Amino acid sequence: MNKALKMNNVALNNIIRFIALLFLQVLIFNHVNIFGYINPMVYIVWVFLFPVRKSKSLLLILSFLLGLSIDFFSDSGGINAFAITFIAYFRLPILKTVLRKSDLDYAQFNLRTISFNKAFLFIAILTMMHHFIVFGLEYFSFDAITRVISNTILTSIFTILISALGIVLFTKKK
Amino acid sequence: MRQIIYFIKKFRYFLLFIVLEILAFIIIIQDNSYHQSKFVNSANFISGGVYNKVNSINAFFHLKKDNELLSEENARLKNLLERRGNTYNLDSFTVIDSTQYFQKYEYSVAKVINNNYAKRNNFLTLNKGSKHGLTQDLGVINSKGIIGVIKNVSSNYATVLSILNNNSKINVRLKNSNYFGTLVWDGKDYNITQVIDIPRQALVKEGDTIVTGGKSSIFPEGIEVGVIKDFKYEQNKYQVINILLFNDMSAIGEVQIVKNLHKNEQVILEQSIENE
Repeated sequence: MNKALKMNNVALNNIIRFIALLFLQVLIFNHVNIFGYINPMVYIVWVFLFPVRKSKSLLLILSFLLGLSIDFFSDSGGINAFAITFIAYFRLPILKTVLRKSDLDYAQFNLRTISFNKAFLFIAILTMMHHFIVFGLEYFSFDAITRVISNTILTSIFTILISALGIVLFTKKK
Repeated sequence: MRQIIYFIKKFRYFLLFIVLEILAFIIIIQDNSYHQSKFVNSANFISGGVYNKVNSINAFFHLKKDNELLSEENARLKNLLERRGNTYNLDSFTVIDSTQYFQKYEYSVAKVINNNYAKRNNFLTLNKGSKHGLTQDLGVINSKGIIGVIKNVSSNYATVLSILNNNSKINVRLKNSNYFGTLVWDGKDYNITQVIDIPRQALVKEGDTIVTGGKSSIFPEGIEVGVIKDFKYEQNKYQVINILLFNDMSAIGEVQIVKNLHKNEQVILEQSIENE
């Protein structure tokens, strides 16, 4: 009984997070334009916070849907869907590399329980991957490679800062 | 057969990943072709509705600026009327022939409820759709210049392919001569666009005005776009001509939609030439 209640709680939490991140992204962060052109893509926090013990396939499908919803709002084709599905797939291998462990303690894992440096590195790698794919697909030409890289780095800095701050503020340390 | 099932079972996670990525990639490719209408666009019931709600709050803060723009345009139009009045007075007589009279363009108004300008490919969302007579490929302008071309319409909303988009190619010309070029955007600065394909014999000076050309069947001729900021003339041709836009693309509220009533006639005539 208690366990079932807890499961429901987790599911509800994730549904709220999905919707909150979607609207936070399309209504606020798509329009902040720091220095005129930097729009942090904080919706990928979804991938960082999705419970590791849940089904991996579920993460892929929900990430794809979140990316596609962002695309619907920002008229960007399937670019965000492609990028977020990509990092959702590589989340676990990267987490294992960062933690230097072959077998993860799935049931206990929480982003807040590992050391700050490792969590930061994990977030940074996934963010850079995601942003590089987004800008690469958006510009879609080798002539613009310098612009793609500079955009990736600058936007990543803000995304990492904001998402780290958001995770520290809005998640419970267990 | 059993091995195939085993294979699918073993790699189902990877296969799901591949399927989703291919799906996303198909949507990207399909969206990038200019002639097809986009499948993923913000002119739908949900995103259009959300943007409309948010905009109804935002618009309140721009009322003052919108009013100023309107009175500026009123003054300009009144000046035009005055000038026209003078020419009537100079004529000794006028003939009004109703069969000769025709209206070529029809204007309607709409409001921008979502505007992007910081990305490589930018779109705007309008609060009017097919219910209000909007269709694909209508021009969108405001009092200061051109904004884009309508790409997708739903019953209540429409998306506009901004001139700040890789796929936007609009026919423009120099105001003081009839040399044509194409307006494109390199994705760097939202105030500056580029004109390409200006013939080398054209005389170009900094500060010259660029207006829309009559070649396009979308925009009326002579809508002001911007002034030439700088240009590079190398290897006997114009490499790049930078245009400073009159419009501030980051702050667009009310827009006008131009419908060319003679478009079909023009397109059919042009096609008949190509077919010969």
